Amino acid sequence: MKKEKFTIVTFLCNWCSYEGADRAGSARLNCPANIRVIRVMCSGRVEPQFVIQAFRDGASGVLILGCHPGDCHYKKGNYKARRRIILLKKTLKQFGIEQDRVRLDWVSASEGTRFAKIANEMADTIKQLGPLSELEALN
Amino acid sequence: MAKPKVAFYWCASCGGCEEAIVDLNEDILKVVELVDIVFWPCAMDFKYQDVRNMKDNEITVAFINGAIRTDEQEEMANLLRKKSQLVIAFGACSHMGGIPGLANFWDKETIFESSYGKDCPSVDNPDNIVPLTISSVPEGELKLPAFHNTVKSLDQVIDVDYYIPGCSPAPYLTMKAIGAILAGELPKKGTVLAPEKSLCDVCERNETKPEKMSLTKIKRISEVIADPEKCFLAEGIICLGPVTIAGCTNEGSGRCITANMPCRGCYGPPPKITDVGVKMISALASIIGLEGEENMSEEEVEQLMSQIEDPAGYFYRFSLPKSLLRRKRMN
Ligand code: SF4
Ligand code: FES
Repeated sequence: MKKEKFTIVTFLCNWCSYEGADRAGSARLNCPANIRVIRVMCSGRVEPQFVIQAFRDGASGVLILGCHPGDCHYKKGNYKARRRIILLKKTLKQFGIEQDRVRLDWVSASEGTRFAKIANEMADTIKQLGPLSELEALN
Repeated sequence: MAKPKVAFYWCASCGGCEEAIVDLNEDILKVVELVDIVFWPCAMDFKYQDVRNMKDNEITVAFINGAIRTDEQEEMANLLRKKSQLVIAFGACSHMGGIPGLANFWDKETIFESSYGKDCPSVDNPDNIVPLTISSVPEGELKLPAFHNTVKSLDQVIDVDYYIPGCSPAPYLTMKAIGAILAGELPKKGTVLAPEKSLCDVCERNETKPEKMSLTKIKRISEVIADPEKCFLAEGIICLGPVTIAGCTNEGSGRCITANMPCRGCYGPPPKITDVGVKMISALASIIGLEGEENMSEEEVEQLMSQIEDPAGYFYRFSLPKSLLRRKRMN
């Protein structure tokens, strides 16, 4: 079988999820090689434009991880992220971009295993959906 | 000295932009006195050949309205570019794709299917006849312009010098632009010839906006009688005022707002905004579903957001071809 190449742009909040990913690394947990990490201060910093720009620039999936509800270091950034991403996914669907290509979830600083699990699940989902074919932008 | 030569041309448009020129009323007489109209197929008898016969850069300024959907439009846009010193994208369709640009949620095949196919209720077409670019008849070959899969704005096809936005452009903007061209006082190339501030900045309803907006109910304008004084957005009626420039008015609240309709965004965004839709998603996400969000489940937030029935169509009503994604991905 031909190996499909794809990239998952992953936004990690500085205070929880980035630490969680770090922990997964130190524990040598198996994580997919397709993940490209961008550290942000809070999941609420991720604007819908970042997600769309990632797709335009060739990503096949976008993963956004933040602190668990109630734990955001800026109090409500992750709630804001949740509202935005829900509306964004609905909009993306109308553009023929499957909703599962975007996932928002919560990973705390101690949850290395959870990080690895979500990252692997995301990679499986994208593998099944296939790479996001060249956006038919210019034809 | 010879008068400056002016051309008007239309591509994929409704004719409203031509009407907007006529709407200059008496002012058009002043314009005609100052310039020579050398090409305006909608209003006067000219042939494409007349343009082909002109020298390069012979036309001072060409105003092109409409989006680009067929190869004929693309060819004419290129021809006018070659013959003109300045090309102005006139109106929302030329500027951002406009209403015809909404066709980018489909492709050629699905559009033909719904216009000529067996499922179209108003068409009786048992032999499934669709327009062909070339068809052979006993007399020879007949040609129709080829229909593109994707609608484009003018600047996605040719180099554009300036934009006069709006569906259709307010006459005061057109007159100002013509004045600036004749006086040789044009701003930097690529400028949208309209005020840069947002519609909310000039809207008289702005002061009724509460300090902190928090919505739970989204209403469609067709379902309610809107309060004639209150900010639409604060009332739960989606208004694109925050992401649209105040081009439609040189005094007061703007054309649609004054007619008690929310802004649909035809003048396009202020220079700092590249994509209207993503900004609207952020804007709405920061006012819908704030109360009690700590106790809301994801499904409940989804429920709230599902009140916005057609976000892509609503936010990109006039700008789909110029959005970051430009068109729907067809599988
Ligand atoms: S959102 Fe609409 S109604 Fe409210 S202030 Fe802005 S332009 Fe006016
Ligand atoms: S700081 Fe982690 S989501 Fe806000």
